[in-house]
Amino acid sequence: MKKKIACILVAIMALASLVACGGSASGETLVMATSADFPPFQYYEGDQIVGLDVDIAKAIVDKLGMELEIEDMSFDAIIPAIQAGRADFAMAAMTVTEERMTQVDFSVSYYTGRQVVIVSEDNSDINTPDDLEGMSIGVQIGTTGDILSSWEFGDENIQRFTRGMEAVQALAQGSVDAVIIDDYPAHEFVNAVSGLRILPAEWLEEDYAIAFPQGSELVDKFNAAIEELKANGTFQEIVDRHIGTGTD
Amino acid sequence: MTEQFADLQARFYLNFIAEDRWRFIVNGLGVTLRVTFFALIMGLFLGFLVAIIRSTHDKTGKLKFFNVLCNVYLTVIRGTPVVVQLLILFFVVFPGGTSQILVAIVAFGINSGAYQAEIFRSGIMAVDNGQFEAGRSLGFNYLKTMFYIVLPQAVKNILPALGNEFIVLMKETSISGFIALQDLTRAGDIIRSRTFDAFMPLLAVALIYLVLVVILSSLIKLLERRLRSSDH
Repeated sequence: MKKKIACILVAIMALASLVACGGSASGETLVMATSADFPPFQYYEGDQIVGLDVDIAKAIVDKLGMELEIEDMSFDAIIPAIQAGRADFAMAAMTVTEERMTQVDFSVSYYTGRQVVIVSEDNSDINTPDDLEGMSIGVQIGTTGDILSSWEFGDENIQRFTRGMEAVQALAQGSVDAVIIDDYPAHEFVNAVSGLRILPAEWLEEDYAIAFPQGSELVDKFNAAIEELKANGTFQEIVDRHIGTGTD
Repeated sequence: MTEQFADLQARFYLNFIAEDRWRFIVNGLGVTLRVTFFALIMGLFLGFLVAIIRSTHDKTGKLKFFNVLCNVYLTVIRGTPVVVQLLILFFVVFPGGTSQILVAIVAFGINSGAYQAEIFRSGIMAVDNGQFEAGRSLGFNYLKTMFYIVLPQAVKNILPALGNEFIVLMKETSISGFIALQDLTRAGDIIRSRTFDAFMPLLAVALIYLVLVVILSSLIKLLERRLRSSDH
């Protein structure tokens, strides 16, 4: 009986992996997975996905002489999607972590981001990240802000929203005490929603990189292209266009 | 064969045992059960109330104002997706700091109430008018006729439809994650976002919902059989 169940399970798994491999995405067009809710890295302008990551991806793919196709999905679906072959690579302001490195291959880092804390302007209890102990913290599910703050501040204090914007709305409306998120989206959110401020001290720093399925041949090609773009100034030009020269 | 089985075992360990991830599932199950239970009670109460008002209006032409009110409620609630209602309640209606579980209970209660109201009303209207007239001619007033003669017959007839609505309600709570409430589905999402494995968490969550629904429908069946014993 046990053997039978195991047989059935294995059959289902085999079938699932067959289906997963069926839609292989490689060829002349490279499919990029992203989560277009993270300005200024990737977001919707009209019905187009634009942003720093998108422009860098376009520049790299141009260099390789291929076409770019972008697939939008929720952030926590990105790694399973590239593992299943539904995308050739992922660019979503993704931080390099050890756990993710066991699942995907990363390019060289193309950007250093910071995790910052947003609080309400009239909240005088939270002035440094250390004050977050015991507070209710809003995050976007699956982001480094979610995973690292869950360890640091305890699962029961973390409210996980599907989108970063929703965590910020919950903060504005008083359902959470603070939001932990990457610094540039944080600035966009704080500019868009009145009554919020970003703590001057960041919570932590992290490296963004492009993710690939493990063993992908694209890693070396992309790394070479990134170095080239950095050398000829295209890279800095894209960063300046989206973020400005000042670091704040 | 054994290799694949070992792989399955390793993935089971990663998704449920490592870092006590099963706690997400257990806590999520608790949240799902609580939301379902209280929303069901609230829906029953609302649905019952609305159905009484509407069928009284249909039968006697009284309660015009309340009937209009009920119609607006039914139109708005049945005319908009429940996930939108949930988001509106959380982000717009309720003041900040309200517990998400309360918001979810109210949202699903109000939503389910609208559907249960129409089920109740169809049951009441299906009871032969002669039963009503008999009650009245025996000296019962309208309310007494309703409660002692019409409703007992109506409830028996609508049980299958009502059971259906309970099942839908239980599964609908799976959208609670939209307001960062960690229900069973969101528990699977959280594990998925940590282990990057879709297979195990999703299958586990699906299996638990299936078991819940099987238990719920057998309870309803039991109740149906009990009530039917008076037919003979």
